Amino acid sequence: MIWTTILMAIREIKRNPMRSSLTILGIVIGVASVIIMVALGRGAAAKITSDISGMGTNLLIATPGSERHGPTASAAQPFKQDDARIVLRELGSVADVAPAGSQGALVVNGNLNWNSTVTGSTNAYFQIRAFSFELGEGFSDAQLQSGAAVCVLGATVRTKLFGAQNPIGSSIRIAKVNCAVVGVTRPKGQSSFGMDQDDFVLVPLATFQRRITGSTDVGVIFLSAHDGKQIPKVKRQVAALLRERRRIAPGATPDFNVQSMEEITATLGTVTNALIALLGAIAAVSLLVGGIGIMNIMLVSVTERTREIGIRLSIGARGREVLFQFLVEAMALSGLGGIMGILLGLLVSYFAARLMHLPFSLVPDMVVISFLFSASVGIIFGYLPARKASRLNPIEALRHE
Amino acid sequence: MSPGTTALVELQDLTKVYGRGESEVRALAGVSFRIDPGEFVAVMGASGSGKSTCLNMLGCLDTATSGHYLFCGLDVGTLSIDQLALLRRNYLGFVFQGYNLLARTSALENVELPLVYRRVAAPVRQKSAIQALQDVGLGDRMHHVPSELSGGQQQRVAIARAIVTSPQMLLADEPTGNLDSARKIEIMKLLQKLNQERKITIVMVTHEPDMAAFATRTLHFKDGLVERDLVSGKVGA
Repeated sequence: MIWTTILMAIREIKRNPMRSSLTILGIVIGVASVIIMVALGRGAAAKITSDISGMGTNLLIATPGSERHGPTASAAQPFKQDDARIVLRELGSVADVAPAGSQGALVVNGNLNWNSTVTGSTNAYFQIRAFSFELGEGFSDAQLQSGAAVCVLGATVRTKLFGAQNPIGSSIRIAKVNCAVVGVTRPKGQSSFGMDQDDFVLVPLATFQRRITGSTDVGVIFLSAHDGKQIPKVKRQVAALLRERRRIAPGATPDFNVQSMEEITATLGTVTNALIALLGAIAAVSLLVGGIGIMNIMLVSVTERTREIGIRLSIGARGREVLFQFLVEAMALSGLGGIMGILLGLLVSYFAARLMHLPFSLVPDMVVISFLFSASVGIIFGYLPARKASRLNPIEALRHE
Repeated sequence: MSPGTTALVELQDLTKVYGRGESEVRALAGVSFRIDPGEFVAVMGASGSGKSTCLNMLGCLDTATSGHYLFCGLDVGTLSIDQLALLRRNYLGFVFQGYNLLARTSALENVELPLVYRRVAAPVRQKSAIQALQDVGLGDRMHHVPSELSGGQQQRVAIARAIVTSPQMLLADEPTGNLDSARKIEIMKLLQKLNQERKITIVMVTHEPDMAAFATRTLHFKDGLVERDLVSGKVGA
């Protein structure tokens, strides 16, 4: 009998293609929209997080200028290379330091030129900022100390000046200084802030100071901590040491700033959480709209179905037999719609993620939640009117207008 | 009538009241009669006389307010909703004025439906349904859906659905109400044949004397009571 009832339910579904497909459509849209919205939201959040960790592991950045006035406040006393050296020597918790200075510069190879940023630093820079080499290598100690005219190219600069050619050993002109190319870094791509992380030329710090800026100032010190969990403590130690070196009175506002990537991550985290919440809210609305659609179709067909129930009861069906059939129908429609919605949702979010260069994130929790919600709406509104009708006298059900 | 044998149907002072208080309507005001197996009873009366209500009672589609309804000696008033459904399933067949066929469902499947609930295996079910459709002269319209059939054809599908289970009693509520006169005669002859050849007891509500003439007995209803009970005397006298 169960099998017969299931067959009967399937036949009823086929007999009413309009009603069935509208119910399925309501569920498909509800389920798919939730999956797409949340998958893209989480993909964007994951992208931002991975970009930040791609900027460097356990990274801390010390810049002159007060926190309040921003890092470029001119009154602030700049760092010197010794500051970096002493931080590394005094603090066991600091794994490496890379003092660095940057300025915009025109880089030229023959008749090709490109406006980029030239940065002077040490080999620690590559490690702290998580750059690896595609071609060649970093600077030798001798080159670093003597301020040799050598440089490492970011992937973008290499492409602009050399295309697919191997630039190692070639000479390029950076702000009137001819430098030999010794290495090319692997591309990291765009950061979440929309900056090209591969658009740079790196020279030894001594080279930068002597030949390009002519000053011994250091614009920024990059530091990496040994232990990612100790970042806040390391940050306090670095700040304390720098206060001491810069003779800032206890309680006075420091004229420098130490920031950890965690703080930036946390700030962005609130933004991405807001983004996810917004997309989730939109998805919830579409789920609700889909649910109301399903409800409508189910309730509109009540009159016809009540008569059908009356007919079935009058020829000898028991209430529970009719109900079971209706339940099977509602479950089959909801289940089918749910599965189609999941497939559509995953498919669309997969291709949308590829198109938007976001990581594709499966959202199993949303798959389950949206499926359960839509299926419950379908089943409840398919089942409840049927239950009411099946409790009527057959004659009342037959006369239902 | 033979008091020694059990009547197929026996009503004892049956009443049915709709509504309460001021708006109370006594559709049946204490009806008593018996129907023996093999009878073809026409139930007549003006609208509101209680004839349809009485038929619904006989068909266990509605429940009485007071009194007793004995079906083969069994007091129907004591049965649960599910037991009533089983009684309809196993002993009764219905033909309604509005046919009440399942829409978008072929004649064959409509006729098979009572057998589905009787848990008859699919091949047997189909064979019986085809036979019933042939009996009502619709062997060539089995796969048509109700909207593709005329009123007379739809009513014949409904009759096939009612007799496919070989019921003890066939209940018909104005079976010819929606048909033209030629179709009316056709349907009545079919019912008469079923009564005479297959000994199916038939109770039919009608307001047309011409149709009632096909029956062997006529019950006239007025104001919720049986006013006259006429046996034609041709059969079972």
